[in-house]
Amino acid sequence: MTSELFGADLNPWVDAIVRLLMWVGFMTVVAMGLIYLERKVLARFMARIGPQKTGPMGLLQSVADALKLIGKEDLRPRNADPWTFELGPYLVFIPIFMSFLAIPLVFDWHIRLFELGLLYFVAISSINLVGWVMAGWGSDNRYAMLGALRAVAQGISYELPLVLSLVAVAIFNQTLNLEEMILFQGQTPNILWQPLAFMIFFVAALAEMNRPPFDIPVGESEVVGGPFVEYSGIRWSMFFLGEYTALFIMALLASVVFLGGWAWPLGEELGRWWQVILMTVKTSAFIFLVFWVRASMPRLRIDQLMAFSWKVLLPLTFAQVLVNGLVLAYEWDYWVSRVALGVAGLAGIVLLYAIIDRSVRRPRPRPAPVAQSEAVTA
Amino acid sequence: MLRLGRMAVGASGATHYCALRPVRGESGRLVELQTDQLFNNYIPVLLASIVGFILVLSALIGSRLLAPFSQDREKSTTYECGMLPLRRTSTNVGMRFYLYAILFVIFDVEAVFIFPWALSFVGIGPMAYWTMVIFIAILALGLGYAWKKGALQWR
Amino acid sequence: MVVRPEIEREFETQDLLLNVGPQHPSTHGVFRMVMEIDGELVKDVVPYIGYLHRGAEKLCETMDYRQGIGFMDRTEYLAAFNAELSYVMAVEELAGLEVPDRAQWLRMILCEMNRIASHLMFMGAFGIDVGVFGTPFIYAWREREAIFDLFEEVSGDRMMYAYFRPGGLAWEVPVNFTERVREVLKAVNQGIKDFDGLLTENEVFIARTRGVGAISAADAIDFGMSGPSLRASGVPLDIRRTEPYLKYAEVDFDVVVGQNGDVYDRYLCRLQELRESVRIVEQCLEKLPDGPIMPEKMPRMLRTPPGEVYIRTEAPRGEYGIYLVSEGGNRPYRLKVRSACLSNLQALKHMSVGQYVADAIIVLGSIDIVLSEVDR
Repeated sequence: MTSELFGADLNPWVDAIVRLLMWVGFMTVVAMGLIYLERKVLARFMARIGPQKTGPMGLLQSVADALKLIGKEDLRPRNADPWTFELGPYLVFIPIFMSFLAIPLVFDWHIRLFELGLLYFVAISSINLVGWVMAGWGSDNRYAMLGALRAVAQGISYELPLVLSLVAVAIFNQTLNLEEMILFQGQTPNILWQPLAFMIFFVAALAEMNRPPFDIPVGESEVVGGPFVEYSGIRWSMFFLGEYTALFIMALLASVVFLGGWAWPLGEELGRWWQVILMTVKTSAFIFLVFWVRASMPRLRIDQLMAFSWKVLLPLTFAQVLVNGLVLAYEWDYWVSRVALGVAGLAGIVLLYAIIDRSVRRPRPRPAPVAQSEAVTA
Repeated sequence: MLRLGRMAVGASGATHYCALRPVRGESGRLVELQTDQLFNNYIPVLLASIVGFILVLSALIGSRLLAPFSQDREKSTTYECGMLPLRRTSTNVGMRFYLYAILFVIFDVEAVFIFPWALSFVGIGPMAYWTMVIFIAILALGLGYAWKKGALQWR
Repeated sequence: MVVRPEIEREFETQDLLLNVGPQHPSTHGVFRMVMEIDGELVKDVVPYIGYLHRGAEKLCETMDYRQGIGFMDRTEYLAAFNAELSYVMAVEELAGLEVPDRAQWLRMILCEMNRIASHLMFMGAFGIDVGVFGTPFIYAWREREAIFDLFEEVSGDRMMYAYFRPGGLAWEVPVNFTERVREVLKAVNQGIKDFDGLLTENEVFIARTRGVGAISAADAIDFGMSGPSLRASGVPLDIRRTEPYLKYAEVDFDVVVGQNGDVYDRYLCRLQELRESVRIVEQCLEKLPDGPIMPEKMPRMLRTPPGEVYIRTEAPRGEYGIYLVSEGGNRPYRLKVRSACLSNLQALKHMSVGQYVADAIIVLGSIDIVLSEVDR
């Protein structure tokens, strides 16, 4: 039993621990970088500059934030339920931390390669909902509880489109192993042939991460931060860290499943550093998209959100699964099947847009300014 | 860990790679090494939960050492927009989405059924596909029924 | 659902009292409302006001007329010129002062610019209420800063101007005033375009605001609403048109009227009013005459004969009226501010009961309240 890590022969337990510790360091740096980046990118969207005083170009802003958060008093409301309140951050953070295990970063760079990696990811990553509920319920705060209930409603509604859109791709690729999925996309990325699945995945991922326009559980203008109203200091920063780690992992998953991971378009033969660059570009593009949506989209209302998931996304994902199955069950020709799937996906996107457009823009004229002669004189 | 070898890309574009699947040896018995590997594969899952726990715990301990703490009656009231809490929160709150939750359970179980089907129906043939179509159609009928009955309305 | 009654008897739920404000991100100051909610539905809203009460009206009675101007600024800090205007017009009416033409045109320019600044502020705050993270807020701030820079050049202060005087203006505007106003208007036009692009056609924005918090024209009138909140319901009541003051009769502008009286229409009305204000200011700049800015003969100490007067003007939030009673002498006997926000706020319960919690928040935002004006 050998480990390829550093070419040394390591005990699997030691090997696992070393890899996990590397992931811990990597995660911290990435989460901090993401926080800095989000602030900078959002600032540019808003015609601002963003952090600039801490360190060169404000690069140390996250470090300063972290120091401040560690040194901040950690309050616990008197009426809070001690156990659920204390355990909330754990249950939010740990599943997100664990869900990274399945994701291959670069060829052979991963913690472990699971044969059922996709299943593992969707199984683990949704546990953090429990943490949200515990945090919301344990705080003994009305806003927190409203937020927690919203989080549950949203979580269970978008779990299905998320899982099923990934299953659709798994059917197309005939594997749940994420590395095999990447190798499958050597010539063309999945997004070309599964555009509808990607759209649904993107929307559902935004909802699962509680990012705008689906930040209903934490909606600041309504429930003032939702389940973590009562959390402060380091305990709150665990939610924050979890949020950005989840964003990073979701972006990694998107680039692995839909954007071709490290294999497309440069092929598998290139060196690892090229693959790193490829993954970085793809992940950043996805994350940028998420930031972009955040800067320009208002928040949906909870009933609209639920209706959108159950009445629009769920039937569409089922349709995608069945269409993928049809093409594969009859073993259509390589290109015929792909083009058919791509066209079907595009048709699905058009349908999706038509549904949204129809429900949003019921024909109704804008209020016309009344001409001067028509105005009443009281 | 086994090193990943080159993977064969089939005519349909599907890759076939079975290093981690149970492999039968020459004698027809499962190769024992494979179970070991399966176990080794999931060691990090156990470890990650522990490491994650320690990570949060150490952050909390660090804060406990560094941050100031003071007991203050006013400070430890819950946030109610600057007012004293009106009542205790722990009342029976109306959860209007319980029908969604029931539906979710049904469909999540269905998703569990779809996962193994997704990987195996190609080898079995069109029959397996149409079986799943019927299965999903039944569920779609259920969804349609719930929709028509108004279960998908928030109110 | 047929099964609902049994289920509800079995698991009886209680309504939750949700205390929104005074320390809440979207109550625009220190407004407080207690919402009774069932799940996410609002069943009752009880507003509490008075957290910002400073007794400005009463304080004015202890000061002479000119000192009162500063208090008017502080009642309506987002549109201070409009508030000052009502007050000085009331004093002029009592004292029988004739305001020179140039002063009137300049007042119009400044008031319309202030309306633009105030509506921009609404756009930004409303965007945050609806849930866009900061973008509209900063957009609004950009043009508002330009306007405030202009006001600072004119009056010496960015928000509390105290620039209007009974009879005219405190001092002449800077020499390059018209060019500066044109510059600012250019920026404002760009800002209006940005808002149009960001929010007006945004699917999520439309889904959130259209059909929410609708109030019929009759109800709106019954609640005493005024300003854009009333006009959004389809009542073309604009005091600038119905009882033209200053020189509004001489400029060409449209009264913007909505149709449905929902949150979306209130937003659209304000957006369109921004354009109308720009039109008005452009015409004012063309017609701006030379001449004095104060009457020839001004008494050293302004005294009014006994009498009472009610002057109303169209402030950005609606009818801002000043009821002034004088018993002679140099100070008001009684001053009453007819606050547009206070009246508009009365309809809050009517508009938000039966809606979702998130809707109640944006309904509150769409009324565009300024708490210092509500409480005074």
